[in-house]
Amino acid sequence: MPITESDIEKIAQLAHLEITPEERQAFTPQIAEIVAYVEQLNALDTSSVEPSTGGLTPEGERTDAWRDDEAQPSLGQKVALDEAPDPASGHFRVPKVL
Amino acid sequence: MTLSEINVESLRAKISRRETTARAVVETSLAAAEELNDTLNAFLQIDRAGALQRAGELDAAGDSEQPLAGIPIAIKDNICVRGLQTSCGSRILGPYHAPYDATAIERLNAAGAVIIGKTNCDEFAMGSSNENSAFGPVRNPWDTSRVPGGSSGGSAAAVASGIVPIALGSETGGSVRQPASLCGIAGLKPTYGRISRYGLVAFGSSLDQIGIFGRRARDIAAVLGVTAGRDPHDSTTADVAVPDYLAEIEGEMKGARIGVPRELFGEGLDEEVRALVEGAIEVYRELGAEIVDIELPHAKYCIAVYYIIATAEASSNLARYDGVRYGFRAEEADELRQMYRRTRDEGFGPEVKRRIMLGTYVLSSGYYDAYYRKAQQVRTLIKQDFLRAFEQCDAIATPTTPSVAFLLGEKTDDPLAMYLNDIYTCTANLAGIPGISIPCGLSVEGLPVGFQLMGAYWSEPQLLRLAHAYEEARPFNARPRVFAAARH
Repeated sequence: MPITESDIEKIAQLAHLEITPEERQAFTPQIAEIVAYVEQLNALDTSSVEPSTGGLTPEGERTDAWRDDEAQPSLGQKVALDEAPDPASGHFRVPKVL
Repeated sequence: MTLSEINVESLRAKISRRETTARAVVETSLAAAEELNDTLNAFLQIDRAGALQRAGELDAAGDSEQPLAGIPIAIKDNICVRGLQTSCGSRILGPYHAPYDATAIERLNAAGAVIIGKTNCDEFAMGSSNENSAFGPVRNPWDTSRVPGGSSGGSAAAVASGIVPIALGSETGGSVRQPASLCGIAGLKPTYGRISRYGLVAFGSSLDQIGIFGRRARDIAAVLGVTAGRDPHDSTTADVAVPDYLAEIEGEMKGARIGVPRELFGEGLDEEVRALVEGAIEVYRELGAEIVDIELPHAKYCIAVYYIIATAEASSNLARYDGVRYGFRAEEADELRQMYRRTRDEGFGPEVKRRIMLGTYVLSSGYYDAYYRKAQQVRTLIKQDFLRAFEQCDAIATPTTPSVAFLLGEKTDDPLAMYLNDIYTCTANLAGIPGISIPCGLSVEGLPVGFQLMGAYWSEPQLLRLAHAYEEARPFNARPRVFAAARH
């Protein structure tokens, strides 16, 4: 099914992107072309193939990545807030939610 | 200083023998970076004060056993260096300054390397030409009307133009090997899990890996040796011993088996590139290696698989840029969701938006199995192709890119044509195996061409040995038009 401008609008909403009408017009044929290209995978029968769910090598899979659940030093409140666009009283301030 | 002397060992030897100082080497590198940046736009930040201070400390500490003591290095601007900016080539990170060092950076510092600055790249490492940077494209030192490749174009241009002997980049689908090839230098993408990604800004987490640029395999070996290894901060790093890559780099080619997937040398490959890559394979035959035909029947699907998996992972990873905790926030939003949407609309460039939307689409309800799961299954087939091929050969040789560096603007309106640049490189990211690009000559127009070697998991010692043997047999000493050597 070809991708339409209203599909693109819906995808943009799902992705929290406010795109302009010009962007919507430009993206629609581009994304449609890419989707048509990736559909070449349908030519392959993969009914008995296990999906690869990550990038780990066999050695990576065997590596014990766990550690004891003990508190360790972290950045701390001041450093964590230093880069915030609108810090206030030790918090991240945002526009009203409701 | 001549071109062949701008390398880790020559510079280390000169510093050790007190023919020069770390400060003088770093000053030369900084001056070259500053002078050439108007032309190349390779650096987004040059840390003159920090680099000189560090070099001065190294000189004061006296003779050092540190393998990279006093060696200037450039770092792609998606890897965190404490106190310096990390923009990822994006406006959405605004004036972000990293509050901590990436593990790779910590290890480079411990080895004595001196970071001279942060290099330009495609926004969030998404691109093959560096034209997606919010801060303007990098220009190719061989011809400034052409792209340097991407996404790690700034790091590649900085090494190619002689500003630094070594640089870090990152790879998701070829972003080190492809610009290395287009800029006439060497570039390594290690095995998935070889170098910690703690402090590397995430793009496609099942694919991402830090990579290394150098003018020669020996320099890459030196950097890999100090950066590789298990890191408790990155659960994907594997508990695999780190060899002494430099000690193992010399070796006989007799008995080595080079696999050639003939079907990848056909349609879409530039004739000049094909001839030069086949010439490189002949060099291995002359050195005593055995050349064997192999098949990678699913390699032709790699771009389709890659652009589903990488965009799906990116749409999730880039959800964190919302204008709340760091970076840029759009003005004049009177409620939270509007603030998110406007921040992301104003902060992200078109290619990043395109990929977030594509990733959101392939993961959305009703399409997940048709696209995402299907791509994961074909990824398994691509991996199996490699496992079978490595029963017949030690390394696989292919072109790195289908053509030489293209003109700025040539492919910007056609995303799919741009994606096809990664056709020879992204299979290694999907399979998790290492790959290296090595220069093998110049086109008639005088533009560099690279060939690629891919090996089995953890085969970096063999790949570096093969690359080194080629460099010894056919030294690549051509010099780009934009070059800093006269200053050294």
